[in-house]
Amino acid sequence: MIEVLFFASLREALGVERTEVSCAPGLTAEGLLAALSERSPQWAQALAADRHLMVAINEQLVSASAEVRDGDTVAFFPPVTGG
Amino acid sequence: MARDTVIISSTAIRANALGAGLAGEGQSGAVVTFSGHVRSEDGALKALYLECYEAMARRALQQMIASARQRWQLHDVLIAHRTGKVAVGELIVHVAVSAGHRREAFNACEYLMDYLKTAAPFWKKTVTDCGGHWVEARERDQQAWRRWQEDEH
Repeated sequence: MIEVLFFASLREALGVERTEVSCAPGLTAEGLLAALSERSPQWAQALAADRHLMVAINEQLVSASAEVRDGDTVAFFPPVTGG
Repeated sequence: MARDTVIISSTAIRANALGAGLAGEGQSGAVVTFSGHVRSEDGALKALYLECYEAMARRALQQMIASARQRWQLHDVLIAHRTGKVAVGELIVHVAVSAGHRREAFNACEYLMDYLKTAAPFWKKTVTDCGGHWVEARERDQQAWRRWQEDEH
């Protein structure tokens, strides 16, 4: 399984802070996002490309093409605004 | 000995208390600090709410310090960042860098802030009389960070 975390405005738009997804071979962060978008129109809208979401795998920022492996924790979030 | 300190705190950060000892015992000729505070936006803002992906933030800030150390000869480096509700005027972030000379300390402090602004997993939400909204990331913060990457070439 893959644990998926959501933060900030994305967490609020989806109404959940985490979910679980089963892993398929060759899955990428982008592919995972596409799979999650199919859950509902609300999810599709929140996860749309124009949100410019950032992604981290196991607490490291990665690009959308990064591979996701079974047991990984994947986090999606809007562009950061700390500091 | 060079020390790295990363603090993520849900309670007030007192910059004065954090600065103690940064000059070391004479090895650091320069200490540069930056403090970011909550602006009132002409009275419209009551406070900011800071959300954080804490496990990742801790790692990211440590990696940012390691990256600064590869560019400049530094002694102690400290980054402290608030989470939760931060009132107007209160400290959001504090970065302190000590080095032999001022140039390294100034550069590293600015580098760390520019890096943090674009890659550390914190998010601000405004708290106003009529609710609040998530703060949008700004292109100028991306530009500030890209400048450092261009410097590498």
